Amino acid sequence: MASQDIKGTKPYTLLAIPIIIWTLVPLLWTLALSGKSPAALASANENTLGNFWPKDWTWDNYALIFTGGASDLFLPALRNSVVVCLSATVIGVILAMFCAYAIARLNFPGKRVILTTALTVSFFPVIAMVTPLFDLWTKIGLFDTIPGLIIPYLALTLPLSIWVLSAFFQAIPWEMEQAAQVDGATTWQAFRKVIVPLAAPGVFTTAIISFFIAWNDFVFAISLTSDKARTVPAALAFFTGASQFEQPTGGIMAAAVVVTIPVVILVLIFQRRIVAGLTSGAVKG
Amino acid sequence: MSVTQTDPPAQASSKKKKKQVMTDRAKAERSLGWRLAGPAFVVMVAVTGYPILQAIWNSFFNYRLTDPTNKKFTFLNNYIVALSDGVFWQATWVTVLITIITVAVELVLGFIIALVMHKIVIPRRSLRTIVLIPYSIITVVSAFSWFYAFRTDTGYINQWFAWLPGIDASTDWFGGFWGSILVICLSEIWKTTPFMSLLLLAGLAQVDASMEEAAEVDGATWWQRLTRVILPNMKAAIMVALLFRTLDAFRIFDNIFIMTGGANGTSSLSLLTYNQAIDRVEIGMGSALAVLLFLFVLVIAAAFVRGFKVDLTGGRN
Repeated sequence: MASQDIKGTKPYTLLAIPIIIWTLVPLLWTLALSGKSPAALASANENTLGNFWPKDWTWDNYALIFTGGASDLFLPALRNSVVVCLSATVIGVILAMFCAYAIARLNFPGKRVILTTALTVSFFPVIAMVTPLFDLWTKIGLFDTIPGLIIPYLALTLPLSIWVLSAFFQAIPWEMEQAAQVDGATTWQAFRKVIVPLAAPGVFTTAIISFFIAWNDFVFAISLTSDKARTVPAALAFFTGASQFEQPTGGIMAAAVVVTIPVVILVLIFQRRIVAGLTSGAVKG
Repeated sequence: MSVTQTDPPAQASSKKKKKQVMTDRAKAERSLGWRLAGPAFVVMVAVTGYPILQAIWNSFFNYRLTDPTNKKFTFLNNYIVALSDGVFWQATWVTVLITIITVAVELVLGFIIALVMHKIVIPRRSLRTIVLIPYSIITVVSAFSWFYAFRTDTGYINQWFAWLPGIDASTDWFGGFWGSILVICLSEIWKTTPFMSLLLLAGLAQVDASMEEAAEVDGATWWQRLTRVILPNMKAAIMVALLFRTLDAFRIFDNIFIMTGGANGTSSLSLLTYNQAIDRVEIGMGSALAVLLFLFVLVIAAAFVRGFKVDLTGGRN
């Protein structure tokens, strides 16, 4: 039976090869560009594999963004990105946790309204929110500040967290809490030893997904900052070369690799949970 | 006698009392529910509802940020100007074009990937992990990667595909409209197909395997099993995936901003709004464009929910 299963899936295994190539080539390409000298970026003769991989790998681009001319652009942007995205994620997930608990466990009118609002809001065109915020932020002094980004980022992280977390919480077997109490556990023990371990993976997964969404944002970042609070995606778009005669390509791609590595590691470790989180809110069941 | 006489009122009163207790409990639950859910709901509505309402209000004014004293109420004038300008309709056409191309390609590609992930046995986990990676990549990074890949100086595409007619080392993909659109779409497809295929995979997992086997026993071909058994049974998942991706694709901004900046008529509605509101600080006109974009999104969502009967909160109550 098992061997028959494998036999039947052979065409699918073959199809997996182009899928993997299609996914990985742009990633390898980003890596290849980050190791190219200005000469290799200008001439195909300096590269192998059809202008793909550099013949001489250089770390100059990484030096440029960490210690060189682009470091005062990249390092603050990296710090801003981490601070803004972590804050928006933590605030969003904590607020959503209480909300999702209420939706999963309590009976009150308006549950459907909350879920529908969360879903509707997550499809608002971000640019439609930017114009009035830009106007207001410049008037009240929130333009180009960290809180000035965290607030609109809540519009990205909060609806998603409510939606995904309520799906997770609705799947928790809450009656186990009572079972533990019948077995002699106190309310607090039942909560800490039974419910927290069941709920934690969902909360954690929601935090990862919502962090990805905030980390990816470009529209808010370029519209509501000018230089002090600029995040990485916005900074990348305004990168300049080591001198004004040089293309910023190598530096951009080195920075791209640096901000990509942590998220790829998260995906590698938590693949199964992220998939569960992404699909739980969207499909019945 | 006296007992039977007093019994019914007593029963009634105890019933009433019980009902009273239930309402108290329900009331307490209701108030606790709103106390727990309220803060999240209020913050969510405040950070999104306020800007939308403010945008609608601003759209009725001729208002430049650098010239606030000349702010003038012009009612629908901004809308009339926008709707009678070819630039707006070009941006609408680009947005619709990109949405249709990317969603259609992603549906087919995403379904193939989902099917492979569903059926494959050997590198099952690694395949799912690899497929998921582009989802986590910043869109701007993906845009730069595809942009440099197609450039004549830095790129490898012209070298790799020089054997195809019409492509050689000097093919300039960003010189015209269709070349630019192609690369923009490719980057968008690469980045967002994982999401599509995961939603479809979840749909596939819900198709009863025994039905497929029964069809096979009855002599159905592979194609018949796909179109008569698998696809009809995962229609709900397909519709949800289509709705999610269509609304997402309709606000395309990052890829166009990085690759062309709107050159060769490739500006989308989001980019046009950005140029008006942020670059030229025409808050009034920018808001009018934002409201129009918002209306388009509402119409698309309503069409899906009404027309295709997509039930998004199904099974959630």
